Amino acid sequence: MNDILTFITLALDATLRVATPLILAALAGLFSERSGIVDIGLEGKMLVGAFAAGAVAYWTGSAWLGLGAAMLASMGFALLHGLACITYQGNQVVSGVAINILASGLTTILGLAWFHQGGSTPPLVGAQRFNDITLPGADALKSVPVLGDFYANVLSGHNILVYIALLLVPFCAWVLYKTRFGLRIRAVGENPKAVDTAGVSVALLRYRAVLIAGALCGIAGAYLSTAQNAQFIRDMTAGQGFMALAALIFAKWRPWPILAAALLFGFLDALAIRMQGVSLPLIGQVPVQLIESLPYILTVVLLAGFIGKAMPPKALGLPYLKEQR
Amino acid sequence: MSIDPNASLALELLEVSKQFGAVKANQDINLSVVSGSVHGIIGENGAGKSTLMSIIYGLYQPDKGQIRVNGQAIQLRNPQQAISLGIGMVHQHFMLVETFTALENIILGAEGGALLKTTTATARQQLEQIIARHGLAVPLDIPVAELSVGVQQRIEILKALYRNARILILDEPTGVLTPQEADELFVILRQLTAQGVTVLLITHKLREIMAITDQVSVMRQGRMVAHRKTAETTIAELAELMVGRKVRHTVEYSEVALGTERLRVKDLVVRDASGVERVKKVNFHLNAGEIVGVAGVSGNGQSELLQVLAGIISPTAGEIHYSQHMITPKTPIDAAEVRRWGVAHVPEDRHRMGLVLPFQAYESQILGYQSEPKYNKGLSQNYTAMLNTYAEQAEKFDIRPRSPYLKSASFSGGNQQKIVISREINAEPEVLLVGQPTRGVDIGAIEFIHQQLMELRARGKAILLVSVELDEIISLSDRIIVMCDGMITGEVAREEVNETLLGMLMANATGEQHG
Repeated sequence: MNDILTFITLALDATLRVATPLILAALAGLFSERSGIVDIGLEGKMLVGAFAAGAVAYWTGSAWLGLGAAMLASMGFALLHGLACITYQGNQVVSGVAINILASGLTTILGLAWFHQGGSTPPLVGAQRFNDITLPGADALKSVPVLGDFYANVLSGHNILVYIALLLVPFCAWVLYKTRFGLRIRAVGENPKAVDTAGVSVALLRYRAVLIAGALCGIAGAYLSTAQNAQFIRDMTAGQGFMALAALIFAKWRPWPILAAALLFGFLDALAIRMQGVSLPLIGQVPVQLIESLPYILTVVLLAGFIGKAMPPKALGLPYLKEQR
Repeated sequence: MSIDPNASLALELLEVSKQFGAVKANQDINLSVVSGSVHGIIGENGAGKSTLMSIIYGLYQPDKGQIRVNGQAIQLRNPQQAISLGIGMVHQHFMLVETFTALENIILGAEGGALLKTTTATARQQLEQIIARHGLAVPLDIPVAELSVGVQQRIEILKALYRNARILILDEPTGVLTPQEADELFVILRQLTAQGVTVLLITHKLREIMAITDQVSVMRQGRMVAHRKTAETTIAELAELMVGRKVRHTVEYSEVALGTERLRVKDLVVRDASGVERVKKVNFHLNAGEIVGVAGVSGNGQSELLQVLAGIISPTAGEIHYSQHMITPKTPIDAAEVRRWGVAHVPEDRHRMGLVLPFQAYESQILGYQSEPKYNKGLSQNYTAMLNTYAEQAEKFDIRPRSPYLKSASFSGGNQQKIVISREINAEPEVLLVGQPTRGVDIGAIEFIHQQLMELRARGKAILLVSVELDEIISLSDRIIVMCDGMITGEVAREEVNETLLGMLMANATGEQHG
């Protein structure tokens, strides 16, 4: 009995760690796509953020400066995407793919040139990283069964970015549904013409949304290199940007379901790690690859009919052309 | 000018001109709009009405000329400025976010504070007052997509009033309404002018001008050609001013002997991709030598009916018989096969289905018939034959310009439609399915297209005419089928037609249901 409880506790603990970058990147995608800009480039922006965080944290010795650099670098790439999609009305998917390729190549080359470690940044120690923190009262509550155990062993003991990601979910929901900015973002993704004729600039709104997406991807990237790991490694995002995109679609472009989807995907991932070498009764050893591919299979299967049709914002992917003669 | 010199003017335009490249969209426009009146602006498509309205709403800046609002000369740089001066606009295509409630749509862009909570509370209060004052019943908390078109239009009007509009511009406001809904709109407009609001009504429907306006200004080819007091003019005079020559407003109707049955539809049901029943157990027939009109407010199943008859989508249940051929739910979808049965189709939306806009005119002219032997020579198309066909049809239908190499997109709406209609008529079909033949087409071309349809009928062909223009349906049809919510709510013979009856059937207000 205790074994199972420990297993679950450990799995949930790992779930949070794995889900954090998904939450952040999916929220990034939420802003961008709710404003009508497809964001395939989540992956690339995270990667750029991870590299900038790893490099700057190493140079300055401060994880926080690394985080700032990550957000700026990622916002720079977001601006590039904005320029291509909003100002020049290009194809948003193509631009996103280009962002991903550029990010992968640029981080590798700069990494090789600056650090000579096969594209990685040097390992980070101490204040160069976001270290785990213990939530107040965690030790005292440890002995309370189940709830105390959950608080002390699952919720407590993560780095600050995990908590920031969790708090960003209600915050983003609030921004999207309770503020003027959120109303306009939702409107511009559905019917940009309505926004334009109401006297609000479509381009400006979309730039702001895309930049917010950049900032959030930057945090997600910093989390990868300076919190979850202790250095930047080549292509370390490893598809997590696409996973976040899947979570976004899965959640039908809504903030709270994004949290649920990210946690589900994170749990499956954590399970995959825990299941290595474990053989189940009757089935035997489950191939890790199968569990690892579960989030993708789940997304396809569920989107194919079980959760109903995913209704994207109506103007998603369409450049806004003012009617001209 | 027929305006009382003592009347106070809400809006004045003096010598306003606007040019786009070589096109003079507006030339030396003068316009005086009396406060608290309904002023109509009438003109054909491309006469420059929309450009003029865009100038008044601040979307375009005039090249020269002056605009005065309430006697003050102003420079309009953008719509925000127009809004702040009390100018509101109800666009032809509503500017609404469908997933938003009426309230959210109305406050969008005029929210006040950064937080919605306080804004919505005060906005709701204000709106309830406006609603009560003007009799504009609108539910504020239901998503717009679930509301009828008439209500959506009221939301647009509310949107303008909420921004303190004193001059309200309405661009073709009745295009999407039933006659009854249009009447309701006119009542609302009257109430607004009684409260001192000035209404500028843009339309191409002469009857509307006569029904609701106090003054009317006529535009033709970018110029203001006449100003009249509505009470002192007639439909015939306005039509002539619009077109620049006398117009025969009704087509000549002659008796044609009914031939054999060409089309019979039995218990036809069509579901769309999302599973909604668009056509519900429809039964009717069509004989050689007759035009059957399908009337109804757009979006009541006519489009799906037309598409299923043309073989573009599959029926869910029921049968369609074209003489010896039949379409059932099991028949594979094959529009080309349906064409080979002698069924031609002029689609409702010529941009999406009738033409390939980047194609050159002579290519669009044979679209759908490109596999016919006469247009093929070995492995390639027979370009000589294609060009010959275009030259012949362009001459016969007076397609302008004649150039076969011009892209389809570069033709005016009327000429694009002529390309499509000439192509389908040229195929000498036994059955012609026509959707909105004169949508966005100017009066001169409308007259011509109507004549062509009547000629085809005289040659003993069967025509199914789907249109939202009641006048068109009434003047051309031998029989009229009315659709509402996917059902046929009535069938009216030519002799029994009147607009009130059709309007009631279009709203399904008679309560009867015919099979």
